[in-house]
Amino acid sequence: MILRADRLSLAGRLFEASIEIGEGELVCLVGPNGSGKTSLLHALAGIGAPSGEIAMAGVDPRTLGPGQRPGFLTYLPATRDVPWPLLARDLVALGGGRAEFPALELAPLLDRRIDTLSTGERSRVLIARALAPRPRLLLLDEPTANLDPLWQIRLMELVRQEIGDGGRAALVAIHDLDAAMRYADRILVMDRGRIAAEGLDGPHVAEIFGVARVGGLWQPVRAISSQVE
Amino acid sequence: MTARASALLLLALAAAFAASALLPLESLRTLFADDRDLALSLLLELRLPRALLALAYGATLGAAGAAVQALFANPLASPDLTGTTSGAALGAVVTAYLFGFAAPVALSIGAVLGALGALGLLLALAGPRAETATLLLAGLAISALAGALTTLALALAPSPFAFYDAYDWLMGSLIDRSLDQAAFAALPALAAILLLLRLGPALDRLALGEEVAQSLGHDVARLRLQIVCLTAFGVGACVAICGAIGFIGLIAPIFARRLTRGHPGRAILPAALIGALLLTAADLAARLAPLGRTLPIGVVTALIGAPFFLWLVARMRWKLAS
Repeated sequence: MILRADRLSLAGRLFEASIEIGEGELVCLVGPNGSGKTSLLHALAGIGAPSGEIAMAGVDPRTLGPGQRPGFLTYLPATRDVPWPLLARDLVALGGGRAEFPALELAPLLDRRIDTLSTGERSRVLIARALAPRPRLLLLDEPTANLDPLWQIRLMELVRQEIGDGGRAALVAIHDLDAAMRYADRILVMDRGRIAAEGLDGPHVAEIFGVARVGGLWQPVRAISSQVE
Repeated sequence: MTARASALLLLALAAAFAASALLPLESLRTLFADDRDLALSLLLELRLPRALLALAYGATLGAAGAAVQALFANPLASPDLTGTTSGAALGAVVTAYLFGFAAPVALSIGAVLGALGALGLLLALAGPRAETATLLLAGLAISALAGALTTLALALAPSPFAFYDAYDWLMGSLIDRSLDQAAFAALPALAAILLLLRLGPALDRLALGEEVAQSLGHDVARLRLQIVCLTAFGVGACVAICGAIGFIGLIAPIFARRLTRGHPGRAILPAALIGALLLTAADLAARLAPLGRTLPIGVVTALIGAPFFLWLVARMRWKLAS
């Protein structure tokens, strides 16, 4: 077991979420805006003083100092803004690792300042920062946002490959339900600050998201019912 | 920072310190020929405290500027532009009326409290990750308020002498301070700089963003409190002895980061060295300027610093426009 978290709460945003992630698992978190995906990632990453129990490979990461934390977990925030114009190379190094990911094609970016990169390029550098310390648990918030279709696929394949080398796992918050179905070993559905369901089969999807899959496309439930009438 | 850059900086600093203590040479030479004891006491009681104060105050402004810029993630934050120095000056003037200018402990405490109040107010007004405009406006408002209150305090001066003392001190000056007074500024300043240096690695990671820094195991709220307290402590102690001196805290970190490939936390040490160098040089310029009298050092730093600040603002505008 890579992660076992019990009754995790963050004041007003996350209510008693319990979650287990096994070795090599890629778990996707889906849910409407404001359902608590980011809050759950925050709680696991030790952001904002969460209550509840967390054991990551048997250790509570909140007890670890800056020297050890990146070996256990790294967190990629949804924002691609970096407050300070560092060189891409230094940004990755400050995260506690080295930018050795041929798949991300970082070589031409490393000696450029992060504020001079396009959003997609910046995303690749920030993802490299999160991957570089080779942590037990990757906590990624919308890693495919701002990436073109080919880069989305390459990125998710890289994540899959990274967690395949033993003792590692990933928890990925993502809005794209198709991407979640395509890449995840398991899908957790969040709603109003709680983990409400597992998987995307069943009536809970229409209840929580207000959409249903019709003819291979996600359609608003109200539009579907009016078509039926 | 490379070894060669540090060596060069230290060398320049030593040269500036020596120049500051010894120049102008003629007066010393004449005195040594006439009266050895007088010459020695001139050196020890006038020149040495002054050179030490320039070092300590300059280093504090440089280090505090680098730390505050890293904290606000903004290269235009500095102790003077954010109102910290004016807050310290207000605290010191008010304390001086209560206890007199000859009570350095009370003066220092007053200045530190004033600086803390100003920085605390800034954090409350502008927020920890303020936009440049918000930060500068809030800093301007705090400076203006502290300045107005200081002027009010001057207007209500208990006696013309108190008024003159306070006015003279407000101009920012390193002159006529005793070795004891120099120690009163230099020791807290040194402590503040050393403690700020320890926060460098955390400030570098704060450059990745607040959430990422927290996920890496840094307590950002505590870090913010530490920077605010240390900055107020160091700057307050110096302001209490020498009055408010501007722009060093803005300029030194900007040059320092050229030596650290832009790392804001790592820049604290070179910023301290460059700050010490700049203030020592400004003091020399104030003293050796061929005007027949010594200029107030605050005027010299403002004359050099204000155009530099304008240039920075203009460059930011060009960048936004392009």
